[in-house]
Amino acid sequence: MSQTRLIQIEQDILAKNNAYAAANRALLARSGVLALNLLSSPGSGKTTLLVETIKRLRDRQRIAVIEGDQQTSADAARIRETGVPAIQINTGKGCHLDGHMVGHALEELAPQAHSILFIENVGNLVCPAAFDLGEAYKVVILSVTEGEDKPLKYPDMFAAADLILVNKIDLMPHLDFDIAQAVANMRKVKPSVKVLEVSARSGAGLDRWIAWIEAAHALERIGADATAQLSD
Amino acid sequence: MHEMALCESIRTTLEEQSRLHNFTKVARVSLEVGPLSGVEVEALRFGFDVVMRGSVAEGAHLDIIESRGEAWCMVCAESVPIEARFEPCVKCGSHQLQVTAGEELRIKELEVN
Ligand SMILES: Nc1nc2c(ncn2[C@@H]2O[C@H](COP(=O)(O)OP(=O)(O)O)[C@@H](O)[C@H]2O)c(=O)[nH]1
Ligand SMILES: [Mg+2]
Ligand SMILES: [Zn+2]
Repeated sequence: MSQTRLIQIEQDILAKNNAYAAANRALLARSGVLALNLLSSPGSGKTTLLVETIKRLRDRQRIAVIEGDQQTSADAARIRETGVPAIQINTGKGCHLDGHMVGHALEELAPQAHSILFIENVGNLVCPAAFDLGEAYKVVILSVTEGEDKPLKYPDMFAAADLILVNKIDLMPHLDFDIAQAVANMRKVKPSVKVLEVSARSGAGLDRWIAWIEAAHALERIGADATAQLSD
Repeated sequence: MHEMALCESIRTTLEEQSRLHNFTKVARVSLEVGPLSGVEVEALRFGFDVVMRGSVAEGAHLDIIESRGEAWCMVCAESVPIEARFEPCVKCGSHQLQVTAGEELRIKELEVN
């Protein structure tokens, strides 16, 4: 016999994703892997920037890459040309990577201890913001061809950013992109956010981006060593 | 359209709950959605009907409780209401705001039989 009744559950809809993300984060922390989640709209230069970043780091750091894309595996192929391991996740209709997909990719990729893991998310300034992957930091890329108003149009993404890269600054002479206004808009959604200006094409500003990555990597390493000592 | 993925997650939760609490049909799902959750309520409603087909919640009524946004203004040193992330403090115009409420995306209650 069935009867109508009420059940109070108070369950966060993202709880499942957050649990997968937490498991990923714990796994990465144990081996001192720095994971960076790269987010932007399609065409802002994530893959190009990754390729240029890898070229500058590969002689002294171990690197692995997870590539998210709805359909193709072209980006992972571009990454593998640099000589570092890359795994492609095709999300099909899905507009973002989630913690579960990244967990599987981590099993397959098995990044080495103390390596740097770059995750290129699906090009989209809305959906990926809601899904924690277990990364240490979210890096949002905005290219100068996209307009200063983007931080206000996609506030959730910019509010989630730990670092923002303004890419394609080599094109500035040909555009009326107002970078001061763009940064002011970013600060409206996240007053404390750090912003670096770069060009994956000319290489301008990449030294500071590289320095930021290596500083973050050093922090991750200290964290992993401290945890290992505590559990000795 | 990550609302579809969110609906899939709701569906999984409802299927789990049906085993846990022994019910076969959900008549109503009550969801709390904050203005800063990044979710389009209309897209969520659309996705809900599509995704629940063939599940314990097929045809269930979706009840959305829109909660309110709130932030701590570091300049005023008090709680102020906000509707969107880029909005300044309604009292002093500052952007030094720390969101304290409005990001909710939570299943609150189920009516089942
Ligand atoms: N001028 C210029 N073009 C760039 C820069 N970075 C990327 N691009 C170009 O932008 C297009 C999209 O780049 P891609 O890396 O595929 O973007 P993704 O979709 O974010 O991965 C390509 O044609 C790149 O060559 C840059 O710094 N300057
Ligand atoms: Mg790409
Ligand atoms: Zn104020």
